[in-house]
Amino acid sequence: MKVVVPVKRVVDYNVKVRLKADGSGVERANLKMSMNPFDEIAVEAAVRLKEKGIAHEIVAVSIGSHQSTETIRTALAMGADRGILVVTEDEVEPLAVAKILKAICGAEQPQLVITGKQAIDDDAAQTGPMLAALLGWAQATRAHTLEIDAGTARVECEVDNGLQTIALKLPAVVTTDLRLAEPRYASLPNIMKAKKKPIAEKTAAEYGVDTASRLKVLGVAEPAVRPAGVKVKSIDELLNTLQAAGAI
Amino acid sequence: MPSLVVAEHDNKTLAEATANTVTAARQLGAPVHVLVAGHDGVRIAEAAALLAGVDAVLLADDPLYAHPLAEPLAALILALADRYDAVLAPATSTGKAILPRVAALLDVPQISEITRIVAPGVFERPIYAGAVLQTVQAPPGKLVLTVRTTAFAATGAGEPAPITRVAAGPDPGLSNFVGETLSQSVRPALSAAKIVVAGGRGLQSGENFKLLEKIADRLKAAVGASRAVVDAGFVANDYQIGQTGKVVAPELYIAVGISGAIQHVAGMSQSKRIVAINKDAEAPIFQVADIGLVADLFQALPEMDAALAKRGYN
Repeated sequence: MKVVVPVKRVVDYNVKVRLKADGSGVERANLKMSMNPFDEIAVEAAVRLKEKGIAHEIVAVSIGSHQSTETIRTALAMGADRGILVVTEDEVEPLAVAKILKAICGAEQPQLVITGKQAIDDDAAQTGPMLAALLGWAQATRAHTLEIDAGTARVECEVDNGLQTIALKLPAVVTTDLRLAEPRYASLPNIMKAKKKPIAEKTAAEYGVDTASRLKVLGVAEPAVRPAGVKVKSIDELLNTLQAAGAI
Repeated sequence: MPSLVVAEHDNKTLAEATANTVTAARQLGAPVHVLVAGHDGVRIAEAAALLAGVDAVLLADDPLYAHPLAEPLAALILALADRYDAVLAPATSTGKAILPRVAALLDVPQISEITRIVAPGVFERPIYAGAVLQTVQAPPGKLVLTVRTTAFAATGAGEPAPITRVAAGPDPGLSNFVGETLSQSVRPALSAAKIVVAGGRGLQSGENFKLLEKIADRLKAAVGASRAVVDAGFVANDYQIGQTGKVVAPELYIAVGISGAIQHVAGMSQSKRIVAINKDAEAPIFQVADIGLVADLFQALPEMDAALAKRGYN
């Protein structure tokens, strides 16, 4: 079966973001960028399905500027077969992303879409379920384990009070949680090979999707800084302080 | 038109998260209806009806809702959505799975994890693991919101609201519940606990979490963890606190052996009082701690256990 893996280029998780001087947004110039870590897990999960002989082709899709080519190349170096870059300079909201992905799924006819449960920049956690809804497909969010068998995906999902196992009729959308698969480092030969793998360039207009923002960002701010704390020297002093404050 | 709050429950009890979400819904200014979709859910509906600020409860009682599957729940909400200006759910694993489906099918953007209602249609929400607070204005049309429950106080008890039964929605027949492994804990739930004791990489093994659990039991606290120790398999996934795990805001948060990466701080920085115990005096956790103790936790925890016992915490 074919697997589509949407991947997003985001500010690297180790970078502390700062606001633009005019408060209009987050300063992203000259920051280290990486593939969204949850999407990396999605690529890894797809590659493992291919290694097991379950998937025969993995298509990595990214929506963003030309620099998102790097993100697709990373997926190709990990083992995806080809890429689709939907070029846009807009910040595309999850609903428009889902609409573009729906059109791509219409053309590609995958049996499975695997993507991150959330991107670590906007923390929206919407794209996977939105795509599943638009396609009329089943979904599993926050996958902890994933097994494919005879037209069914059996997914253990991380839920707030433990793990829930559900069976999905394929085709389906699965979003990844942290423990699904540890992403591999691409080997140098695979990085070289990835440079020869094809990446098709498209635009949102070709898919008939309007990527204009529907939400209006009125401003951004840094959260209030907590006042400096005190250091205590011993457990007794700590407990005295907490008891005096009525905290325990 | 009124606002619709999707109740969070496990088919036995109504989750506190529903009461937080009702508070957020009240701030939209319209009457608040609560949807209870469950199987044999009368008692849950009755509990929802007793929440202050709830004007009506809708009960969709059907075996289809015996487990929270996203596809049938989204279909049910969609069938009711015509009558509402806003649909809200707590930003729990269930709410986050269902509501984007509803938003997509209504063709409206969802606003995730709102922390403040600034003005009608204007919301504040954290991005970049809470390093930035974004204020966004929704377009005209229906609002679909998930609510960060720690940012809104739970509504109390009120006069019982009327309960109306509604027909079950269609069964999309796309997924089946197979089973679940739920955490069996005698301790309070992380999201509802007044005190949380959380451990990080400094604990070095799952076995060593017992040191932490002893303290938690003396303080009637919940036990949480940083991502690193969940990844390492020391504790189950539902212990994880942070950007991609649970967000908690207890009265007292005691971080032990946690360095304080921004992704972890994102899940606990709204706690009323933060205590950090770490042997590294330079650990970033001390920047958010109200009270810090630089100490080796393998000495500090047994000492704390003994000191609490002496002070009558049993």
